[in-house]
Amino acid sequence: MATDLKTINPKTEGWPRLKDGLGLWEHRGKVAIVGYGYSDLDRRWDGVTMEKTYGAYAIEALQNAIADSGLRPDEIDGLMVCPDNAGDTWRAEDRGAPRPFFDAPYDSEDGLSHVTCDWLIKGMERAGTPLTNLTYIDNESSSIGQLTGKAAQVVGNGQAKNVLMMYGMGNVPGRYHLEEGDYSRGGRKWSAPWGWMTSAMMQHAFVFLQYCTKYGGSHDDLAPFVINQRRNGLLTPWGYYAKHEQYQITLEDYLTQRYIAWPCGLLDSDRPVNHAMAMLFTTSDRAKDMKQKPIYVLSHVQVSQQSRSTMATLEDHEGFTDNLVERLYEAAGVTYGDLDVFNPYDGFATFTQTYLEAFQWHGVKRGDAFAFYAGDITVEGPHPFNSSGGNLGCGRTRTAMYTDSIEQLRGIAGPRQIKLKAETAAMGQVTPGGNGHIYLSTVLPS
Amino acid sequence: MPKTIPVADELDTPFWDAVNEKRLLLQYCTSCNKLQYPIRPRCWACGSSDHLDWREVEGKGHILETMVVHDTRVVRRKGDVPFNVSVIALDEDPGINFLSNLPGTPAENAPAHVAVEVVFEEQAPGKFIHDWRVIG
Repeated sequence: MATDLKTINPKTEGWPRLKDGLGLWEHRGKVAIVGYGYSDLDRRWDGVTMEKTYGAYAIEALQNAIADSGLRPDEIDGLMVCPDNAGDTWRAEDRGAPRPFFDAPYDSEDGLSHVTCDWLIKGMERAGTPLTNLTYIDNESSSIGQLTGKAAQVVGNGQAKNVLMMYGMGNVPGRYHLEEGDYSRGGRKWSAPWGWMTSAMMQHAFVFLQYCTKYGGSHDDLAPFVINQRRNGLLTPWGYYAKHEQYQITLEDYLTQRYIAWPCGLLDSDRPVNHAMAMLFTTSDRAKDMKQKPIYVLSHVQVSQQSRSTMATLEDHEGFTDNLVERLYEAAGVTYGDLDVFNPYDGFATFTQTYLEAFQWHGVKRGDAFAFYAGDITVEGPHPFNSSGGNLGCGRTRTAMYTDSIEQLRGIAGPRQIKLKAETAAMGQVTPGGNGHIYLSTVLPS
Repeated sequence: MPKTIPVADELDTPFWDAVNEKRLLLQYCTSCNKLQYPIRPRCWACGSSDHLDWREVEGKGHILETMVVHDTRVVRRKGDVPFNVSVIALDEDPGINFLSNLPGTPAENAPAHVAVEVVFEEQAPGKFIHDWRVIG
């Protein structure tokens, strides 16, 4: 193995495309997704079965993506992961007693609660699918929104020809993010004393209430959306609910749910899972004669916004997402109305409408989301919204919106296949203040 | 309600010292003429640290929205559930907002968008924290 197991060549200047007015993306249509794969999925690793660790699932996802593309492992020259998964795995302070580790390769956290490129490279070698020709290794992304944008940029820049990226959510027993003790330090001193939790839940519950105040409506108006997410999730064979809890939630279930921080309840929240997904990016020239129909990347952008005060407001989130879409569409050379398949992030249900209205998908403008949700948003109908089922329907994979988009564009989504034209797709994550989005098309721009 | 106790650092000590004296003292950028809260090393608007000063504010505000916490990761607050968490806009500059438990207002009974004023609660001997009480 020539690789020295450290991050190689991670400098990709200007890749986030954060500025306004950058015009068309310089690599528009010159990069393609030619492979994807995913692992099995569990609610949590059971602490015993080494074939079902997060690391084992990451290897499984990489192997499946490579096989899907038709490339050989030795043709892969770029590897990218999120080594920390935005902090949603165990942290030492959440665990209490130190974890009892195992024999190598599970003699540290790497491979159990998170996965680095170094661990994956060794794992792929052990699994008989060694990545022997890597020249670009990147552990520096913190979300799949970043990973997909940067992977496209790296291929477009010529920093690597065939980039394999893996995103997963490791989930092990225990409850994370508990804040124990009598004192609050750092940024938490401005929120924890009043019982404000660290997750996005309360920030978006607040903005959601502002939305209801401004436009009318209530939490109950989210019911059709959340119920449809579960329905789409049940149509996703590998998803959490299709595998482990095969029942459809009802309106009564939604209206009587347990609240965590009203107006956000249990059914508005995504369930953490143990799962991994991988995608393979290459040049459009290389993609022409490959196994799969190429899905071209028309643009990608990132969003990194800081609110002025303690909490971002509805006005902030609407401005952030309007700006995101203006830049994404400008870079892709498309406009409102061109987007066929739309899988906005839903990890919590309370903010998805912010994206829906910014993208103006199917003409939905600010304040229209609740009326839109009340219509026919099923995959069989005229407005097949979030056909993936998202996190709410599949578990907190943060990748279902990507795999579904690929399957919709390839026409292999099975019972989820929308009945309308499916040539373009957009997706991203995470929240309105910090996210990355990508715009895909099966048709090369003229 | 036993709130967690903020630990001051070099940057925000003037703020917490003022709170311990039952005063609300915010950052103020003399270049942008804007208040700033929470306390940060740089001005949110201009990005500079050169013009950040301090300015005492009156402590009047309005409720923007109120959530009700039924489950919390903040262990010290677990015994308090359910409790209100409101976002308060400062009347002197509504772009500045604070969190509040609305002391004296039962959970799920917070009036919408009404006036509030700052109060100071002693969490440990000599250690106060600011909160907001309904007056409207």
